[in-house]
Amino acid sequence: MRIWRFGDNINTDYITPGRLNLTDDPKELAKIAFKEYRPEFSEKVKKGDIIVAGKNFGCGSSRETAPVALKAAGIRAVIAKSFARIFFRNAINIGLPVIICKEADIIKEDDIVEIDLKKGIINIVNRNVALQCEKLPEFILKIIEAGGLINYIKIHGKLG
Amino acid sequence: MGMTLVEKILAKAAGVEKVSPGEIIIAKVDIAMSHDTTTPLAIKPFFEIAERVFNENKVVIFFDHVVPPANIRSAILHKKIRDFIEKAGIKNVHMEGVCHQVLAEKYVKPGDIVIGADSHTCTHGALGAFATGVGSTDIATVYALGKIWLRVPETYRMNILGKLKRGVYAKDVILNIIGYIGADGAVYKSIEFHGDLIKEFSVSSRLTLTNMVIEMSAMNGIIEADEKTLDYIGRKGTIFHSDKDAEYEEVFDFEMNDLEPQVAKPHSVDNVTDISEVEGLEIDQAFIGTCTNGRVEDIRIATQILDGHKVKEGVRLIVTPASNRVYLECLRKGYIEKLLRAGAIVTNPGCGPCLGRHQGVLAPNEVAISTSNRNFMGRMGSPEAKIYLASPATVAASAVEGKIADPRRYL
Ligand code: SF4
Repeated sequence: MRIWRFGDNINTDYITPGRLNLTDDPKELAKIAFKEYRPEFSEKVKKGDIIVAGKNFGCGSSRETAPVALKAAGIRAVIAKSFARIFFRNAINIGLPVIICKEADIIKEDDIVEIDLKKGIINIVNRNVALQCEKLPEFILKIIEAGGLINYIKIHGKLG
Repeated sequence: MGMTLVEKILAKAAGVEKVSPGEIIIAKVDIAMSHDTTTPLAIKPFFEIAERVFNENKVVIFFDHVVPPANIRSAILHKKIRDFIEKAGIKNVHMEGVCHQVLAEKYVKPGDIVIGADSHTCTHGALGAFATGVGSTDIATVYALGKIWLRVPETYRMNILGKLKRGVYAKDVILNIIGYIGADGAVYKSIEFHGDLIKEFSVSSRLTLTNMVIEMSAMNGIIEADEKTLDYIGRKGTIFHSDKDAEYEEVFDFEMNDLEPQVAKPHSVDNVTDISEVEGLEIDQAFIGTCTNGRVEDIRIATQILDGHKVKEGVRLIVTPASNRVYLECLRKGYIEKLLRAGAIVTNPGCGPCLGRHQGVLAPNEVAISTSNRNFMGRMGSPEAKIYLASPATVAASAVEGKIADPRRYL
Protein backbone atom coordinates (compact mmCIF):
# COMPACT_ATOMS: atom_id res chain seq x y z
CA MET A 1 0.00 0.00 0.00
CA ARG A 2 1.48 3.31 -0.94
CA ILE A 3 0.60 6.92 -1.46
CA TRP A 4 0.91 8.42 -4.92
CA ARG A 5 1.47 12.18 -4.73
CA PHE A 6 0.33 14.50 -7.51
CA GLY A 7 0.32 18.29 -7.87
CA ASP A 8 -2.39 20.79 -8.84
CA ASN A 9 -4.71 20.71 -11.86
CA ILE A 10 -4.21 17.05 -12.81
CA ASN A 11 -6.54 16.77 -15.80
CA THR A 12 -8.40 13.76 -17.13
CA ASP A 13 -6.26 13.80 -20.28
CA TYR A 14 -3.33 12.93 -18.01
CA ILE A 15 -5.30 10.23 -16.19
CA THR A 16 -6.67 8.51 -19.33
CA PRO A 17 -5.13 10.10 -22.45
CA GLY A 18 -7.72 10.81 -25.15
CA ARG A 19 -5.90 8.91 -27.84
CA LEU A 20 -5.60 5.71 -25.78
CA ASN A 21 -9.03 6.04 -24.28
CA LEU A 22 -10.71 3.83 -26.87
CA THR A 23 -12.13 1.10 -24.69
CA ASP A 24 -14.74 0.60 -22.01
CA ASP A 25 -12.95 -2.33 -20.38
CA PRO A 26 -11.83 -1.31 -16.87
CA LYS A 27 -8.84 -3.68 -16.97
CA GLU A 28 -7.60 -2.12 -20.22
CA LEU A 29 -8.24 1.35 -18.80
CA ALA A 30 -6.17 0.53 -15.72
CA LYS A 31 -3.24 -0.13 -18.04
CA ILE A 32 -3.39 3.36 -19.58
CA ALA A 33 -3.77 5.28 -16.29
CA PHE A 34 -1.22 8.13 -16.24
CA LYS A 35 0.60 6.28 -19.04
CA GLU A 36 2.28 9.41 -20.41
CA TYR A 37 2.17 11.73 -17.44
CA ARG A 38 3.63 9.26 -14.91
CA PRO A 39 4.52 6.01 -16.74
CA GLU A 40 5.57 4.10 -13.61
CA PHE A 41 2.06 4.48 -12.16
CA SER A 42 0.34 1.80 -14.23
CA GLU A 43 3.29 -0.56 -13.75
CA LYS A 44 3.66 -0.24 -10.00
CA VAL A 45 0.22 0.67 -8.67
CA LYS A 46 -1.16 -1.93 -6.22
CA LYS A 47 -4.56 -2.67 -4.77
CA GLY A 48 -5.24 -0.41 -1.81
CA ASP A 49 -2.99 2.45 -2.93
CA ILE A 50 -4.17 6.02 -2.40
CA ILE A 51 -3.74 9.12 -4.55
CA VAL A 52 -3.05 12.41 -2.78
CA ALA A 53 -3.18 15.52 -4.94
CA GLY A 54 -3.36 19.31 -4.84
CA LYS A 55 -6.05 21.58 -6.17
CA ASN A 56 -8.61 20.82 -8.89
CA PHE A 57 -7.87 17.10 -9.34
CA GLY A 58 -9.58 15.62 -12.42
CA CYS A 59 -10.17 18.84 -14.32
CA GLY A 60 -10.78 18.90 -18.07
CA SER A 61 -12.83 16.43 -20.03
CA SER A 62 -15.83 14.66 -18.49
CA ARG A 63 -14.52 11.21 -19.33
CA GLU A 64 -15.60 8.72 -16.72
CA THR A 65 -12.80 6.45 -17.89
CA ALA A 66 -10.57 8.50 -15.55
CA PRO A 67 -12.05 7.37 -12.21
CA VAL A 68 -12.88 3.94 -13.68
CA ALA A 69 -9.21 3.47 -14.62
CA LEU A 70 -8.04 4.51 -11.15
CA LYS A 71 -10.53 2.26 -9.41
CA ALA A 72 -9.65 -0.68 -11.68
CA ALA A 73 -5.96 -0.05 -11.01
CA GLY A 74 -6.71 -0.69 -7.34
CA ILE A 75 -6.84 2.87 -6.01
CA ARG A 76 -8.75 2.84 -2.70
CA ALA A 77 -9.44 6.57 -2.47
CA VAL A 78 -8.39 9.92 -3.89
CA ILE A 79 -7.58 12.70 -1.45
CA ALA A 80 -7.15 16.23 -2.86
CA LYS A 81 -7.26 19.85 -1.77
CA SER A 82 -10.11 20.29 -4.23
CA PHE A 83 -11.67 18.36 -7.10
CA ALA A 84 -12.99 19.31 -10.48
CA ARG A 85 -16.75 18.93 -10.26
CA ILE A 86 -17.34 16.32 -12.95
CA PHE A 87 -14.53 14.04 -11.79
CA PHE A 88 -15.89 14.33 -8.24
CA ARG A 89 -19.38 13.28 -9.36
CA ASN A 90 -18.07 10.50 -11.57
CA ALA A 91 -15.95 9.05 -8.78
CA ILE A 92 -18.88 9.08 -6.35
CA ASN A 93 -21.17 7.60 -8.97
CA ILE A 94 -18.87 4.60 -9.49
CA GLY A 95 -18.19 4.22 -5.77
CA LEU A 96 -14.60 5.51 -5.68
CA PRO A 97 -14.22 7.50 -2.44
CA VAL A 98 -13.05 11.09 -2.94
CA ILE A 99 -12.05 13.22 0.03
CA ILE A 100 -11.54 16.97 0.04
CA CYS A 101 -8.76 17.81 2.48
CA LYS A 102 -7.24 21.28 2.58
CA GLU A 103 -4.24 19.88 4.44
CA ALA A 104 -3.53 17.11 1.93
CA ASP A 105 0.06 18.40 1.56
CA ILE A 106 0.89 17.04 5.02
CA ILE A 107 0.56 13.47 3.72
CA LYS A 108 3.88 12.01 2.50
CA GLU A 109 4.52 9.21 0.01
CA ASP A 110 5.61 6.73 2.71
CA ASP A 111 2.80 7.47 5.16
CA ILE A 112 0.18 4.92 6.13
CA VAL A 113 -3.31 6.42 6.26
CA GLU A 114 -6.74 5.35 7.39
CA ILE A 115 -9.82 7.18 6.20
CA ASP A 116 -13.05 7.69 8.12
CA LEU A 117 -15.43 8.94 5.44
CA LYS A 118 -18.39 9.42 7.77
CA LYS A 119 -16.50 11.62 10.20
CA GLY A 120 -14.43 13.20 7.46
CA ILE A 121 -11.12 12.35 9.13
CA ILE A 122 -7.84 11.05 7.72
CA ASN A 123 -5.52 9.40 10.24
CA ILE A 124 -1.82 9.27 9.41
CA VAL A 125 -1.23 6.18 11.48
CA ASN A 126 2.57 6.11 11.51
CA ARG A 127 2.80 9.69 12.77
CA ASN A 128 -0.32 9.80 14.87
CA VAL A 129 -1.69 12.83 13.00
CA ALA A 130 -5.39 13.36 12.29
CA LEU A 131 -6.48 15.62 9.45
CA GLN A 132 -9.95 17.12 9.39
CA CYS A 133 -11.52 16.98 5.93
CA GLU A 134 -14.74 18.23 4.41
CA LYS A 135 -17.63 16.02 5.49
CA LEU A 136 -19.59 14.70 2.54
CA PRO A 137 -23.36 15.32 2.50
CA GLU A 138 -25.48 12.43 3.76
CA PHE A 139 -26.92 11.78 0.29
CA ILE A 140 -23.46 11.43 -1.25
CA LEU A 141 -22.21 9.16 1.55
CA LYS A 142 -25.18 6.90 0.89
CA ILE A 143 -24.22 6.65 -2.79
CA ILE A 144 -20.63 5.73 -1.92
CA GLU A 145 -21.83 3.25 0.72
CA ALA A 146 -24.10 1.60 -1.85
CA GLY A 147 -21.06 1.20 -4.10
CA GLY A 148 -22.18 3.82 -6.61
CA LEU A 149 -25.23 5.51 -8.08
CA ILE A 150 -26.60 2.50 -9.95
CA ASN A 151 -26.55 0.33 -6.84
CA TYR A 152 -28.09 3.20 -4.88
CA ILE A 153 -30.99 3.34 -7.33
CA LYS A 154 -31.36 -0.45 -7.24
CA ILE A 155 -31.50 -0.41 -3.44
CA HIS A 156 -33.81 2.60 -3.06
CA GLY A 157 -35.85 2.04 -6.21
CA LYS A 158 -35.50 5.72 -7.17
CA LEU A 159 -33.16 8.69 -7.14
CA GLY A 160 -35.09 10.83 -4.70
CA MET B 1 -33.41 37.74 -0.84
CA GLY B 2 -33.81 37.26 -4.57
CA MET B 3 -32.54 34.47 -6.77
CA THR B 4 -29.99 34.27 -9.56
CA LEU B 5 -30.91 33.12 -13.04
CA VAL B 6 -29.59 29.64 -12.34
CA GLU B 7 -31.30 29.35 -8.95
CA LYS B 8 -34.62 30.15 -10.64
CA ILE B 9 -34.15 27.53 -13.35
CA LEU B 10 -33.02 24.91 -10.81
CA ALA B 11 -35.93 25.67 -8.46
CA LYS B 12 -38.39 25.18 -11.28
CA ALA B 13 -36.73 21.91 -12.32
CA ALA B 14 -36.76 20.66 -8.73
CA GLY B 15 -40.39 21.70 -8.29
CA VAL B 16 -39.68 23.97 -5.33
CA GLU B 17 -40.13 27.69 -4.57
CA LYS B 18 -36.55 28.44 -3.74
CA VAL B 19 -33.10 26.86 -3.78
CA SER B 20 -29.89 28.04 -2.15
CA PRO B 21 -26.21 27.35 -2.83
CA GLY B 22 -24.91 24.13 -1.28
CA GLU B 23 -28.29 22.43 -1.25
CA ILE B 24 -28.63 19.08 -3.05
CA ILE B 25 -31.66 18.89 -5.31
CA ILE B 26 -33.16 16.33 -7.65
CA ALA B 27 -33.89 18.12 -10.91
CA LYS B 28 -35.96 17.12 -13.95
CA VAL B 29 -33.93 17.14 -17.14
CA ASP B 30 -35.18 18.63 -20.44
CA ILE B 31 -32.37 17.51 -22.72
CA ALA B 32 -29.90 14.70 -22.13
CA MET B 33 -27.00 14.00 -24.44
CA SER B 34 -23.97 11.77 -24.89
CA HIS B 35 -21.57 11.06 -27.76
CA ASP B 36 -19.39 8.33 -29.20
CA THR B 37 -16.76 8.68 -26.48
CA THR B 38 -19.05 8.87 -23.45
CA THR B 39 -21.96 6.65 -24.49
CA PRO B 40 -20.15 3.28 -24.33
CA LEU B 41 -19.56 3.48 -20.56
CA ALA B 42 -23.21 4.45 -20.02
CA ILE B 43 -24.64 1.32 -21.61
CA LYS B 44 -24.04 -1.20 -18.83
CA PRO B 45 -25.27 1.02 -15.97
CA PHE B 46 -28.31 2.00 -18.06
CA PHE B 47 -29.48 -1.56 -18.59
CA GLU B 48 -28.99 -2.33 -14.91
CA ILE B 49 -31.85 0.02 -14.06
CA ALA B 50 -33.93 0.42 -17.24
CA GLU B 51 -34.87 -1.02 -20.60
CA ARG B 52 -35.99 2.04 -22.56
CA VAL B 53 -35.09 5.73 -22.23
CA PHE B 54 -37.40 7.85 -20.06
CA ASN B 55 -38.57 10.02 -22.97
CA GLU B 56 -37.49 9.53 -26.56
CA ASN B 57 -37.85 13.24 -27.36
CA LYS B 58 -35.45 14.31 -24.65
CA VAL B 59 -32.51 12.02 -25.32
CA VAL B 60 -29.99 12.80 -28.07
CA ILE B 61 -26.98 10.75 -29.13
CA PHE B 62 -24.15 12.07 -31.26
CA PHE B 63 -21.42 10.52 -33.32
CA ASP B 64 -18.97 13.40 -33.52
CA HIS B 65 -15.72 12.70 -31.71
CA VAL B 66 -14.26 10.23 -34.19
CA VAL B 67 -16.51 10.25 -37.21
CA PRO B 68 -16.49 8.41 -39.50
CA PRO B 69 -14.60 5.83 -37.40
CA ALA B 70 -10.85 6.21 -37.88
CA ASN B 71 -9.80 2.70 -36.87
CA ILE B 72 -11.15 -0.68 -35.88
CA ARG B 73 -11.43 0.17 -32.19
CA SER B 74 -13.57 3.24 -32.76
CA ALA B 75 -15.62 1.36 -35.35
CA ILE B 76 -16.38 -1.33 -32.75
CA LEU B 77 -17.44 1.31 -30.22
CA HIS B 78 -19.73 2.95 -32.78
CA LYS B 79 -21.33 -0.39 -33.50
CA LYS B 80 -21.89 -0.99 -29.82
CA ILE B 81 -23.57 2.42 -29.52
CA ARG B 82 -25.85 1.66 -32.47
CA ASP B 83 -27.02 -1.54 -30.76
CA PHE B 84 -27.73 0.49 -27.63
CA ILE B 85 -29.68 3.11 -29.61
CA GLU B 86 -31.83 0.37 -31.07
CA LYS B 87 -32.47 -1.47 -27.80
CA ALA B 88 -33.08 1.60 -25.65
CA GLY B 89 -35.53 3.12 -28.14
CA ILE B 90 -33.54 6.28 -28.88
CA LYS B 91 -34.83 8.34 -31.82
CA ASN B 92 -32.61 11.41 -31.95
CA VAL B 93 -29.27 10.37 -33.40
CA HIS B 94 -26.90 12.73 -35.23
CA MET B 95 -23.71 12.42 -37.22
CA GLU B 96 -23.73 15.91 -38.67
CA GLY B 97 -21.41 17.88 -36.45
CA VAL B 98 -20.17 18.62 -32.94
CA CYS B 99 -22.77 17.71 -30.32
CA HIS B 100 -22.90 21.18 -28.80
CA GLN B 101 -23.39 22.97 -32.08
CA VAL B 102 -26.17 20.66 -33.25
CA LEU B 103 -27.86 20.76 -29.82
CA ALA B 104 -27.83 24.56 -29.94
CA GLU B 105 -29.23 24.54 -33.47
CA LYS B 106 -31.96 21.96 -32.95
CA TYR B 107 -32.86 21.32 -29.32
CA VAL B 108 -31.98 23.72 -26.52
CA LYS B 109 -34.44 26.38 -25.33
CA PRO B 110 -34.05 29.15 -22.76
CA GLY B 111 -34.97 27.87 -19.29
CA ASP B 112 -34.08 24.24 -20.08
CA ILE B 113 -32.00 21.93 -17.93
CA VAL B 114 -29.43 20.45 -20.32
CA ILE B 115 -27.29 17.58 -19.06
CA GLY B 116 -24.61 16.26 -21.36
CA ALA B 117 -21.96 13.61 -20.97
CA ASP B 118 -19.34 16.07 -22.17
CA SER B 119 -17.59 18.76 -20.19
CA HIS B 120 -18.34 21.50 -22.72
CA THR B 121 -22.09 21.08 -22.28
CA CYS B 122 -21.75 24.41 -20.43
CA THR B 123 -21.87 25.94 -23.95
CA HIS B 124 -25.68 26.04 -23.89
CA GLY B 125 -25.77 28.55 -21.08
CA ALA B 126 -25.38 31.14 -23.85
CA LEU B 127 -28.99 30.38 -24.76
CA GLY B 128 -30.32 31.11 -21.26
CA ALA B 129 -30.42 27.45 -20.24
CA PHE B 130 -28.83 25.72 -17.27
CA ALA B 131 -26.37 23.38 -18.91
CA THR B 132 -23.63 21.31 -17.38
CA GLY B 133 -21.46 18.32 -18.13
CA VAL B 134 -21.51 14.98 -16.35
CA GLY B 135 -19.99 11.53 -16.79
CA SER B 136 -21.34 8.29 -18.14
CA THR B 137 -23.02 6.84 -15.04
CA ASP B 138 -24.83 10.13 -14.51
CA ILE B 139 -26.07 10.22 -18.08
CA ALA B 140 -27.14 6.57 -17.82
CA THR B 141 -29.38 7.42 -14.86
CA VAL B 142 -30.73 10.51 -16.61
CA TYR B 143 -31.55 8.38 -19.67
CA ALA B 144 -33.31 5.93 -17.38
CA LEU B 145 -35.12 8.28 -14.99
CA GLY B 146 -35.07 11.78 -16.52
CA LYS B 147 -33.66 13.15 -13.28
CA ILE B 148 -30.33 14.09 -11.79
CA TRP B 149 -28.91 15.08 -8.40
CA LEU B 150 -27.26 18.50 -8.40
CA ARG B 151 -25.59 20.59 -5.76
CA VAL B 152 -26.84 24.17 -6.22
CA PRO B 153 -23.75 26.25 -7.09
CA GLU B 154 -22.64 29.61 -5.75
CA THR B 155 -22.66 32.28 -8.45
CA TYR B 156 -19.98 34.64 -9.74
CA ARG B 157 -21.40 37.60 -11.62
CA MET B 158 -19.09 38.81 -14.39
CA ASN B 159 -19.88 42.15 -16.01
CA ILE B 160 -18.13 42.38 -19.37
CA LEU B 161 -17.82 46.03 -20.28
CA GLY B 162 -16.45 48.32 -22.96
CA LYS B 163 -15.88 47.94 -26.67
CA LEU B 164 -13.52 45.56 -28.41
CA LYS B 165 -10.80 46.90 -30.67
CA ARG B 166 -10.60 45.74 -34.29
CA GLY B 167 -9.19 42.20 -34.51
CA VAL B 168 -10.30 41.28 -30.98
CA TYR B 169 -13.15 38.82 -30.44
CA ALA B 170 -15.16 36.85 -27.88
CA LYS B 171 -12.40 34.22 -27.85
CA ASP B 172 -9.87 36.83 -26.74
CA VAL B 173 -12.29 37.99 -24.03
CA ILE B 174 -12.78 34.54 -22.54
CA LEU B 175 -9.09 33.63 -22.76
CA ASN B 176 -8.29 36.87 -20.94
CA ILE B 177 -10.83 36.10 -18.20
CA ILE B 178 -9.54 32.54 -17.75
CA GLY B 179 -5.98 33.87 -17.54
CA TYR B 180 -7.12 36.18 -14.76
CA ILE B 181 -9.34 33.74 -12.82
CA GLY B 182 -7.09 30.68 -13.30
CA ALA B 183 -7.79 27.06 -14.24
CA ASP B 184 -9.07 26.36 -10.73
CA GLY B 185 -10.44 29.83 -9.98
CA ALA B 186 -14.12 29.01 -10.24
CA VAL B 187 -14.40 25.38 -9.06
CA TYR B 188 -18.09 24.47 -8.90
CA LYS B 189 -19.26 28.06 -9.46
CA SER B 190 -22.01 29.19 -11.74
CA ILE B 191 -20.97 32.16 -13.85
CA GLU B 192 -23.59 34.72 -14.83
CA PHE B 193 -22.41 37.02 -17.62
CA HIS B 194 -23.77 40.55 -17.91
CA GLY B 195 -22.69 43.85 -19.43
CA ASP B 196 -22.99 45.87 -22.66
CA LEU B 197 -20.50 43.73 -24.49
CA ILE B 198 -22.55 40.58 -23.87
CA LYS B 199 -25.70 42.28 -25.16
CA GLU B 200 -23.81 43.37 -28.24
CA PHE B 201 -22.29 39.94 -28.92
CA SER B 202 -23.89 37.69 -31.51
CA VAL B 203 -25.24 34.39 -30.21
CA SER B 204 -22.26 32.69 -31.87
CA SER B 205 -19.87 34.85 -29.81
CA ARG B 206 -21.85 34.20 -26.65
CA LEU B 207 -21.55 30.45 -27.28
CA THR B 208 -17.76 30.87 -27.50
CA LEU B 209 -17.82 32.55 -24.10
CA THR B 210 -19.90 30.02 -22.17
CA ASN B 211 -18.18 27.12 -23.97
CA MET B 212 -14.98 27.86 -22.10
CA VAL B 213 -16.21 28.43 -18.53
CA ILE B 214 -15.27 24.82 -17.74
CA GLU B 215 -11.64 25.84 -18.36
CA MET B 216 -11.82 27.79 -15.09
CA SER B 217 -13.60 24.78 -13.57
CA ALA B 218 -17.04 26.39 -13.38
CA MET B 219 -20.15 24.23 -13.24
CA ASN B 220 -21.92 26.33 -15.85
CA GLY B 221 -21.99 29.74 -17.47
CA ILE B 222 -25.20 31.56 -18.32
CA ILE B 223 -26.42 34.56 -20.30
CA GLU B 224 -29.98 35.88 -20.13
CA ALA B 225 -31.83 35.02 -23.31
CA ASP B 226 -33.08 37.90 -25.51
CA GLU B 227 -34.50 38.47 -28.99
CA LYS B 228 -31.19 37.48 -30.58
CA THR B 229 -31.31 34.14 -28.78
CA LEU B 230 -34.81 33.37 -30.02
CA ASP B 231 -33.85 34.39 -33.56
CA TYR B 232 -30.82 32.12 -33.52
CA ILE B 233 -32.62 29.03 -32.28
CA GLY B 234 -35.93 29.69 -34.01
CA ARG B 235 -37.82 28.22 -31.03
CA LYS B 236 -39.60 29.57 -27.98
CA GLY B 237 -38.55 29.02 -24.40
CA THR B 238 -38.96 30.38 -20.89
CA ILE B 239 -36.81 33.46 -20.40
CA PHE B 240 -35.63 33.91 -16.81
CA HIS B 241 -33.99 37.02 -15.35
CA SER B 242 -31.97 37.25 -12.18
CA ASP B 243 -33.49 39.29 -9.37
CA LYS B 244 -32.06 42.70 -8.56
CA ASP B 245 -31.27 41.54 -5.04
CA ALA B 246 -29.87 38.14 -6.07
CA GLU B 247 -26.92 37.03 -3.99
CA TYR B 248 -23.59 36.63 -5.76
CA GLU B 249 -20.54 35.15 -4.11
CA GLU B 250 -18.41 37.63 -6.04
CA VAL B 251 -18.93 40.32 -8.66
CA PHE B 252 -16.26 41.03 -11.27
CA ASP B 253 -16.10 43.97 -13.68
CA PHE B 254 -14.01 43.23 -16.75
CA GLU B 255 -13.22 46.27 -18.85
CA MET B 256 -12.28 45.18 -22.38
CA ASN B 257 -11.50 48.49 -24.17
CA ASP B 258 -7.76 47.89 -24.35
CA LEU B 259 -7.77 44.14 -24.86
CA GLU B 260 -5.21 42.84 -27.39
CA PRO B 261 -5.57 39.51 -29.24
CA GLN B 262 -4.87 36.80 -26.65
CA VAL B 263 -3.03 33.48 -26.88
CA ALA B 264 -3.02 30.59 -24.38
CA LYS B 265 0.39 28.95 -24.31
CA PRO B 266 1.13 25.26 -23.63
CA HIS B 267 0.14 23.29 -21.57
CA SER B 268 -2.71 24.99 -19.74
CA VAL B 269 -5.59 27.19 -20.80
CA ASP B 270 -4.91 29.82 -18.11
CA ASN B 271 -1.36 30.39 -19.39
CA VAL B 272 -2.59 33.43 -21.34
CA THR B 273 -0.61 36.28 -22.86
CA ASP B 274 -0.95 39.19 -25.31
CA ILE B 275 -0.13 38.16 -28.85
CA SER B 276 3.02 40.32 -28.93
CA GLU B 277 4.79 37.89 -26.59
CA VAL B 278 4.43 34.87 -28.90
CA GLU B 279 4.37 36.51 -32.32
CA GLY B 280 6.80 35.00 -34.78
CA LEU B 281 6.84 31.52 -33.26
CA GLU B 282 6.89 28.94 -36.08
CA ILE B 283 3.94 26.58 -36.44
CA ASP B 284 3.28 23.26 -38.21
CA GLN B 285 -0.50 23.13 -37.99
CA ALA B 286 -3.33 25.63 -37.75
CA PHE B 287 -6.81 24.43 -36.85
CA ILE B 288 -10.11 26.28 -37.16
CA GLY B 289 -13.19 24.50 -35.83
CA THR B 290 -14.72 22.93 -32.68
CA CYS B 291 -17.63 23.78 -30.40
CA THR B 292 -15.69 26.89 -29.38
CA ASN B 293 -15.05 28.49 -32.75
CA GLY B 294 -16.38 26.42 -35.64
CA ARG B 295 -19.42 28.49 -36.55
CA VAL B 296 -20.22 30.61 -39.63
CA GLU B 297 -19.04 33.82 -37.94
CA ASP B 298 -15.67 32.18 -37.18
CA ILE B 299 -15.20 30.75 -40.65
CA ARG B 300 -16.22 34.09 -42.18
CA ILE B 301 -13.48 35.94 -40.29
CA ALA B 302 -10.91 33.30 -41.22
CA THR B 303 -11.95 33.48 -44.88
CA GLN B 304 -11.71 37.25 -44.87
CA ILE B 305 -8.09 36.96 -43.75
CA LEU B 306 -7.11 34.05 -46.00
CA ASP B 307 -8.82 35.35 -49.16
CA GLY B 308 -6.16 36.23 -51.69
CA HIS B 309 -3.39 34.66 -49.59
CA LYS B 310 -1.88 31.20 -49.49
CA VAL B 311 -1.31 28.99 -46.50
CA LYS B 312 2.45 29.02 -45.85
CA GLU B 313 4.23 26.07 -47.47
CA GLY B 314 4.78 23.23 -45.02
CA VAL B 315 1.91 24.30 -42.77
CA ARG B 316 -1.34 22.34 -42.55
CA LEU B 317 -4.43 24.50 -42.18
CA ILE B 318 -7.37 22.32 -41.19
CA VAL B 319 -10.88 23.78 -41.18
CA THR B 320 -13.68 21.73 -39.63
CA PRO B 321 -17.13 23.35 -39.76
CA ALA B 322 -18.95 22.63 -36.48
CA SER B 323 -22.08 21.28 -38.19
CA ASN B 324 -23.63 20.50 -41.55
CA ARG B 325 -25.76 23.62 -41.20
CA VAL B 326 -22.60 25.69 -40.75
CA TYR B 327 -20.89 23.85 -43.61
CA LEU B 328 -23.80 24.46 -45.99
CA GLU B 329 -24.02 28.13 -45.16
CA CYS B 330 -20.27 28.54 -45.64
CA LEU B 331 -20.56 26.77 -48.98
CA ARG B 332 -23.41 29.05 -50.07
CA LYS B 333 -21.48 32.13 -49.05
CA GLY B 334 -18.41 30.99 -50.98
CA TYR B 335 -16.16 30.70 -47.92
CA ILE B 336 -15.29 27.06 -48.46
CA GLU B 337 -14.13 27.66 -52.02
CA LYS B 338 -11.92 30.54 -50.91
CA LEU B 339 -10.45 28.47 -48.09
CA LEU B 340 -9.68 25.59 -50.45
CA ARG B 341 -8.06 27.97 -52.93
CA ALA B 342 -5.92 29.34 -50.12
CA GLY B 343 -4.71 25.80 -49.45
CA ALA B 344 -6.84 24.73 -46.49
CA ILE B 345 -7.89 21.15 -45.81
CA VAL B 346 -11.63 21.19 -45.12
CA THR B 347 -12.91 18.15 -43.20
CA ASN B 348 -16.39 16.81 -42.50
CA PRO B 349 -18.19 18.40 -39.52
CA GLY B 350 -17.31 16.91 -36.14
CA CYS B 351 -14.68 17.35 -33.47
CA GLY B 352 -11.90 16.83 -36.00
CA PRO B 353 -8.35 17.14 -34.69
CA CYS B 354 -9.51 18.76 -31.41
CA LEU B 355 -8.84 15.63 -29.39
CA GLY B 356 -5.96 14.12 -31.29
CA ARG B 357 -7.52 10.98 -32.64
CA HIS B 358 -7.66 11.65 -36.39
CA GLN B 359 -7.72 14.31 -39.13
CA GLY B 360 -4.55 16.09 -38.11
CA VAL B 361 -2.62 14.47 -35.28
CA LEU B 362 0.56 16.23 -34.10
CA ALA B 363 4.03 14.65 -34.22
CA PRO B 364 6.57 15.11 -31.40
CA ASN B 365 7.90 18.67 -31.27
CA GLU B 366 5.31 20.00 -33.69
CA VAL B 367 3.59 23.26 -32.86
CA ALA B 368 -0.09 23.94 -33.49
CA ILE B 369 -2.27 27.00 -33.14
CA SER B 370 -5.92 26.17 -32.70
CA THR B 371 -9.32 27.79 -32.13
CA SER B 372 -10.27 24.98 -29.75
CA ASN B 373 -10.61 25.21 -25.99
CA ARG B 374 -7.87 22.97 -24.59
CA ASN B 375 -4.09 22.93 -24.99
CA PHE B 376 -3.33 20.17 -22.48
CA MET B 377 -0.22 18.10 -23.07
CA GLY B 378 -1.01 15.40 -25.64
CA ARG B 379 -4.46 16.76 -26.41
CA MET B 380 -3.94 16.90 -30.19
CA GLY B 381 -1.40 14.10 -30.58
CA SER B 382 2.11 13.63 -29.26
CA PRO B 383 2.66 14.72 -25.65
CA GLU B 384 5.81 16.40 -26.93
CA ALA B 385 3.83 18.67 -29.27
CA LYS B 386 2.84 22.19 -28.26
CA ILE B 387 -0.62 23.74 -28.63
CA TYR B 388 -1.44 27.45 -28.63
CA LEU B 389 -5.06 28.63 -28.44
CA ALA B 390 -6.36 31.76 -30.13
CA SER B 391 -9.23 33.31 -32.08
CA PRO B 392 -10.09 32.23 -35.65
CA ALA B 393 -8.59 35.51 -36.92
CA THR B 394 -5.27 34.89 -35.18
CA VAL B 395 -5.18 31.27 -36.36
CA ALA B 396 -5.91 32.28 -39.97
CA ALA B 397 -3.22 34.98 -39.96
CA SER B 398 -0.76 32.47 -38.45
CA ALA B 399 -1.55 29.96 -41.22
CA VAL B 400 -0.63 32.57 -43.84
CA GLU B 401 2.68 33.47 -42.21
CA GLY B 402 3.64 30.03 -40.89
CA LYS B 403 4.24 31.75 -37.58
CA ILE B 404 1.99 33.02 -34.82
CA ALA B 405 0.78 36.31 -36.31
CA ASP B 406 -1.26 39.35 -35.30
CA PRO B 407 -4.48 39.29 -37.37
CA ARG B 408 -4.79 43.07 -37.40
CA ARG B 409 -2.34 43.29 -40.28
CA TYR B 410 -4.96 41.56 -42.44
CA LEU B 411 -8.11 43.41 -41.42
S1 SF4 C 1 -14.98 19.95 -30.52
FE1 SF4 C 1 -13.41 19.39 -29.04
S2 SF4 C 1 -14.04 20.34 -27.15
FE2 SF4 C 1 -15.82 20.39 -28.50
S3 SF4 C 1 -16.98 18.53 -27.99
FE3 SF4 C 1 -15.58 18.00 -29.65
S4 SF4 C 1 -13.73 17.19 -28.66
FE4 SF4 C 1 -14.91 18.30 -27.11
